[in-house]
Parts: sequence; structure tokens; C-alpha cells
Amino acid sequence: MPDPLLSLAGVNTHIGQYHILQGVDFDVPHGGLTMLLGRNGAGKTTCLRTIMGLWHASAGSIRMDGADITRARTPDVARLGVAYVPENMGIFAGLTVEENLRLATREGAPDRGRLDWIFGLFPALKTFWHGLAGNLSGGQKQMLAIARAIVEPRRLLLVDEPSKGLAPAIIANMIAAFEELKRTGTTMLVVEQNFHFARSLGDTVAVMDSGRIVHAGRMDALAADAALQTRLLGLSLDSHQ
Amino acid sequence: MKADWIPLALVPAIAIAALPLVGSAPTWVTLTVAGLAMGMMIFMMASGLTLVFGLMDVLNFAHGVFIAVGAYGAASVLTRMTHAMEAPTLASDLAAMAPAVVAAIALAAALGWFFERVLIRPVYGDHLRQILITMGGLIVFEQLILVVWGPDMIPLPRPGALSGAFIVGEAAIERYRVAAVVVGLAVFAGMWLLLNRTRVGLLVRAGVENPEMVESLGYRIRRLFVGVFVAGSGLAGLGGAMWAMYQEQVNAQMGAQVLVLIFIVVIIGGLGSVGGCFIGALLAGLLANYTGYLAPKLALGSNLLLMVLVLLWRPRGLFPVGRA
Repeated sequence: MPDPLLSLAGVNTHIGQYHILQGVDFDVPHGGLTMLLGRNGAGKTTCLRTIMGLWHASAGSIRMDGADITRARTPDVARLGVAYVPENMGIFAGLTVEENLRLATREGAPDRGRLDWIFGLFPALKTFWHGLAGNLSGGQKQMLAIARAIVEPRRLLLVDEPSKGLAPAIIANMIAAFEELKRTGTTMLVVEQNFHFARSLGDTVAVMDSGRIVHAGRMDALAADAALQTRLLGLSLDSHQ
Repeated sequence: MKADWIPLALVPAIAIAALPLVGSAPTWVTLTVAGLAMGMMIFMMASGLTLVFGLMDVLNFAHGVFIAVGAYGAASVLTRMTHAMEAPTLASDLAAMAPAVVAAIALAAALGWFFERVLIRPVYGDHLRQILITMGGLIVFEQLILVVWGPDMIPLPRPGALSGAFIVGEAAIERYRVAAVVVGLAVFAGMWLLLNRTRVGLLVRAGVENPEMVESLGYRIRRLFVGVFVAGSGLAGLGGAMWAMYQEQVNAQMGAQVLVLIFIVVIIGGLGSVGGCFIGALLAGLLANYTGYLAPKLALGSNLLLMVLVLLWRPRGLFPVGRA
């Protein structure tokens, strides 16, 4: 089995007096989409933020392609090729769509061919190219947030609840976009609460509860096991279409 | 992009509304130019503070020291160059003023760098400590100014070519005020170009909204913080030098004396908004001059009233900056 792109071992994270991550262990394989599931407050967002260096692990190790990034600063993690889409999308509302994407391009302007590919995934961004990002709808903001993460090829995408608050039609559009990203071989770690979304896209899955990984394996295996879903998540995937 | 024109219209609206109240057109012209000049100088002093507020979330009550140090730096140079200013030609005056302005900016910027590294950096994210340590810094450095330059007020005559007034019709317009308007407009134009036409400006605007996301895109926001803090301090020094020549004297408390007005302008404009700071400064300058003429007893409170009215209308200031 090839070495994973990202590997967490015994990761603990404290935020103030709260002990959020309590020994998280899981791997993200190269080229696939790993879903991180769990109930509210399980520690999924903290896990992404700890990988990104926005909060630092108090114990354990995070390795990317074998290199230790446990104590790395956020810009250094980003420069390793990690893109992060936070739960609140983190778009710059006072900048235009074009400026948001230009900022995410490390050198110069975004590549024209890459932009055309992004416009194919999210046509609304072309329509509102010179408009303020703050004036976009919720779905369009999410499209912009993901477009910003992929405006240049990245080695790993960390995406926090991409379907949150979106209409079903937009979610379908989002699923299509992630499928296209999977076809390009981009490695992704996606936190999700929408189980239909998770089942549609996930190759592998890790389930968190109370700051720990309580299950890791193939997504299709979890999707086929209603009893396991109920035990791990409290609900069956089939009840969440 | 849809522009928000209403706050921009406030400046001419206040000026036009004041005309019938003042009664005399020449007096109104004089007051309006004086108000615009005062506003431009306040803008120069306040523009750095609003970026520091917006980008770094730092409450810097020591900003007044940068103003005072800039003024003293300019005074130190100008008092040694009186010979250059004896011939009242614009060229000789500008030649004398250029090193004074450079000294003001450099001294204030260097002090800003020291402040950021030694006083501000340990208290990022802690507003209470920021207030305490910057207030302490203000007191200590005001005393150090007295140690270095002495306790006496330093008279600072204006350069000859910038003294006196133009007479336009029946209105007297002070030359120095026109110069202050020109310098203020140049500073605003420079900042606008920097913020809207360069990658550094793009980073600053993004950082004001969401510094964490800028870091997540791979940029070291701390370096940007230092740059903005130093540049903001330098601008305060420039504003201090201009203000000192306007007042024709320098004293250690001059920065602290205008600090309340500067905070009002920063709040009116919207924390982190340079455009808002510009409009807020012009409104404050005009209102102070009109009320000073019409109802001198209200002059001191007029800008507080302006702030209350603006915040009732727009609780996050004229041009609120989205902050994640």
C-alpha cells in the first residue's frame, strides 16, 4: 500500500482550556477523496484547522508526504500545496471575484486555461467576474471559495462542509464539480454533514466522535452498512437524501 | 461595481447647507478651504491608524506620539534651515521643506517599527493590554520628547512662500491651507493607487477583511502587519509635520491633543477603510470650522455629535469593512 499523502498520528489539540482533539489518527491516501464525518462538536473543523496550522497540535504528529508539518505555520502549510476552504467560506467580500482569484494565485494572474476550466465548473463566476464577492448568493460564494482553492493545481484540498446551507440544485452542481476534481487526481479531505453528498463522493471515510476517530475505512462499505451508520452517526445514510 | 455614493455626497451637502447659515460667501469660502485643509491633515494623521485597526485589530493609543515625533523631526530640520526660507520663493521653501518632511516621516516610521516590535507584538489579540501598553507608551514617549527637545514649546514659522493668503474676490484663502489640501489629495491618491492597483494593496485590503484567510493562501500576514504599521506611523509623522506648521508651533502633547479627533474620524469612516477615513476627516474638518464660526461653544462637541449621527445611521461607519 502506498504511503498516504497526509497522515495524522495521536493528534491532540487544546483551545484554551478545552481539549478538543484527543488523539486523532487517520490517513488521507494520494489522489482520493476522504470524507471526515461526525456529529456536531465531534472535532472535524478543529481537525482541519490543526492540519492547516491555524491551531497547533499540543501532542501527536501531522506528516505530509513524510515531512513533519505539526508545528508548521499556516503560510508554510499553504506553500506545500495545501488549500483550505473554511466552513464560512472565507471569501473577501470587499474584493471582486477576479481579485479573490488573483490573490489565490501565487505569481501573477491566473492561468487562462485553468480559468476556463473553472468557468466550466462554475459558470456564475464568469458572469460576476468584476462584481463584488460580497454581493454573490450563498451558493455562488461557495463556488468562489472552491474556485479559489483550485485556481492553481494543489496537492491537497481541505474543504469544510461545502454543502452547508445550499439549495439541492446547487448541491448537485457542487457534487459534479467535486467529481470533476476527483478525475484530475486531486487529493481531498472533506468535512461533511450531508450524507448524500458524502456517499456520492467519498472514496474513504473517517468518522469522528468526541475528538477521536472511531471508524476509518471505505466509504462504500459504510454506505452499505445501515447498522454501522446508525451506531457511528446516529442516523442511517438512507434517511438523509 | 456598485459605488456607495451617499457618504461621498455628505461633504458637498454639508458645505452647501452651511452657505446660508454663514451668510457671507467670502467667509464661507474661507471657512470651507480651512475645513478641507484641516480635514486633509487629520486624514494624513488618521489613515495609518485605520489600517492598523482594520488589518491588525490593534487599538493603538500611542499613535499621537508618532504625530508629535514627526512634528519635532520637521521642526529640528526647519529651524536649522531658516536661511533657505528667508528668500520667499516656492522653490527655496520646497527645498527646505523636503528634508524636513523626510525627517518627519523617517523618525515616525522608525519609532513605529520600534513600537510594533517591542510594545505591540506581545499583545496582539488582547485589546485590554493593547490599551494599557499603548497608553503607557504614549506617556513615556511624550516625556522622552521633553528630555530630547526640552520642555518649551518650539515656534515653527511657516515657510515664506506658504505664508499669507490669496485674495479671490473678497475671500481670503491662506496659501498654507491650499498646500495642505494639495498634499492631502496627493497622499490620498497615492494610497488609493497603492491599495487598488498593486498586489500589496490587494493583500492589505484582503487582510483587513480576513487575515486568517490571507495566511491560509500562503502569505505571511505578520510581515504585512509590520509594513503597514511602519507606513502608518510615517504618515502620522507627515501629518504631524503639516499640523505643526499649520499651528506654527510644536509641543509634546500635540499628538495626544488631536488623538480623540483622529479616533472619531477612524470610527466615522469605518474601521480599516481608507476611503471612509478620508470622507470622515473632511466632514470633521468642515464641521469644526463651520461650528467654530457659527456657534463657537458647540465647536468642541460638533464632531462627537457627528460621530453619534453617523453611527445611528450606519453603526459600522460610513464604509464598513467586512471582517470575518
